[in-house]
Amino acid sequence: MNAPNASGWRPSMGEAGEAKFATSSGDYGLMLEEALSFELGSADKCGVDIDEPSRAPAAGLSKFLRKSTPALPGLTEPETVRHYTRLSRQNYAIDLGPFPLGSCTMKHNPRLNEKMARLPGFADVHPMQPQTTVQGALEVIEQLADWLITLTGMASVAMSPKAGAHGELCGLLCIRAALDARGETRDVVLVPESAHGTNPATAAFAGFKVESIPATPAGRVDVAALKAKLGPNVAGVMITNPNTCGLFEPDMREIADAVHAAGGYVYCDGANFNAIVGKVRPGDLGVDAMHINLHKTFSTPHGGGGPGAGPVVLSEALAPFAPLPFVTRGADGSIHLVEEENAAEGHAQAFGRMVAFHGQMGMFTRALTYILSHGADGLRTVAEDAVLNANYVLRSCEDLLPAPFADSGPCMHEALFSDAGLAEGFSTLDIAKGLIDEGFHPMTVYFPLVVKGAMLVEPTETESKAGLDRFIASLRSLAERAKAGDESLHSAPHFAPRRRLDETLAARKPVLVWQGEPGIPGTPSLSEIGGS
Amino acid sequence: MTRYFSEDHEWIEVEGDLGTVGITDYAQGQLGDITFVEVPAEGASVSKGDSVSVVDSVKAASDVYTPVSGTIAAVNEALADQPELVNTEAETGGWLFRVTLSDAAELGTLMDEAAYKSYVDSL
Repeated sequence: MNAPNASGWRPSMGEAGEAKFATSSGDYGLMLEEALSFELGSADKCGVDIDEPSRAPAAGLSKFLRKSTPALPGLTEPETVRHYTRLSRQNYAIDLGPFPLGSCTMKHNPRLNEKMARLPGFADVHPMQPQTTVQGALEVIEQLADWLITLTGMASVAMSPKAGAHGELCGLLCIRAALDARGETRDVVLVPESAHGTNPATAAFAGFKVESIPATPAGRVDVAALKAKLGPNVAGVMITNPNTCGLFEPDMREIADAVHAAGGYVYCDGANFNAIVGKVRPGDLGVDAMHINLHKTFSTPHGGGGPGAGPVVLSEALAPFAPLPFVTRGADGSIHLVEEENAAEGHAQAFGRMVAFHGQMGMFTRALTYILSHGADGLRTVAEDAVLNANYVLRSCEDLLPAPFADSGPCMHEALFSDAGLAEGFSTLDIAKGLIDEGFHPMTVYFPLVVKGAMLVEPTETESKAGLDRFIASLRSLAERAKAGDESLHSAPHFAPRRRLDETLAARKPVLVWQGEPGIPGTPSLSEIGGS
Repeated sequence: MTRYFSEDHEWIEVEGDLGTVGITDYAQGQLGDITFVEVPAEGASVSKGDSVSVVDSVKAASDVYTPVSGTIAAVNEALADQPELVNTEAETGGWLFRVTLSDAAELGTLMDEAAYKSYVDSL
């Protein structure tokens, strides 16, 4: 391979790095420090003008009167805006650069989604409004449900779960309800090693016993080992496909048939659906339930960027047990929500509700916008580009960083490397911290567990080749430094607003509350928790 | 007293019918800094191979499997405040639990120190 990124853009760091002298403000040029809001504020300031109460509180309330001033920071509006904006400049965001977290699909959030979600008919509705006044919003839910059913080849979809793991729980509760209806008490869920970490947690939370299925040396589910575990106690299997080794599970149909023959159900973790959307219908693979992370495959904001949404598509076998509510269209064309168990509309066996209302309207609007603006052909291209980009990263770096499953054929949407072959004492963590100095968010580290020192890179479909080349050049340069034993990597990041944090101390002695003001009840002092 | 080792990197030191179990120094080195240890409930009945304890490190949460069947006789209370003992004294003060063996014959399926050493060298 030629020198990577030979013509690519590289930032000139000049004299950057350690500050040469102290400034009086503590800021360095446009690198701004920021105090905690409690340190900035004072009790005599307020962002809004609140009237003095015109009369004394009702007699019955007097015992609730505060005896002391609440411990609130007290900031003006401009101070508040600057506080959070200054903090945001110390952070990294998908709007600044690639976010190559494996199995997280941190891709661009299209601005058209945002424009649609802000239309007053979607943004300003209230869940208690009469249904006749929100027919457009209900139609968005209906259309999105239709698309999700079509794209997955399934019978039904429960729209209300609010995140991936919540969707997993929904799927397992459907399986539990189906088993109850059959009068069976199967209590074991099989989870392959290459599944998402949330899968065994969900199964345990839903009251099942978890049994692990090993991976083959090629990074896929050991089908023979799985079949050997099947029996009258097995409620089902939870498979992530494509799996967390970044590989498609080609034996999915065989696995599903075996599980069904043994009386169990197949849950598929759909977090990695962006790799196969428009190409593969999970319903054709024998899947009974699968959640779809709208904040991954369908580009709605992720994590702190907004609430998630994890609709669950269901097979004919599980559809009757799906949680309420449902959107249904009446004979007169109007749409209404089925809110109660209702035999006439086919929901007599619904296992209950997952949420108080109807799901995440803002996310539904964004996801439908994404689907409609891409169309069927565009969604196929999403999957192709996700896979192409990951394979480009894999093949561009595998000569420096071992790719444990490179011989298992092309990867899907994510490339998996290990830290084997780095100089003695250097590991995945050093590469990850070095990436921060290079201006990138680190990849997923030490996961999946089946690979020692794993580095899981998901470039996503929204990165350009030029952007990938910049990332690859950085990753290669870090791998070369770690192979050469460059000690400076051990203290990376050098150029970030904070240096390498003591993750061990943070985990052993977490400081979870503000430490600045002694005397707030329940607040341990720094000396008590061993911090400094 | 005799010490045995499992392929899952647990050690067990047996005195009479009482075995003291921990993870090996090799295992703690692989896991990195231990941040939390979940120990089994005293009195719990366990079968060889059961996941009975969890060791959290900055990298991952790892199950610990009991190398023998029996009843949990004691747990290492010190680990609640000092999980780092598993790093610093993996095969002594960082023990996890004691188990009253129900079937001493199970020890025959485990490795001795020399066999474990060559097992680790082969990884």
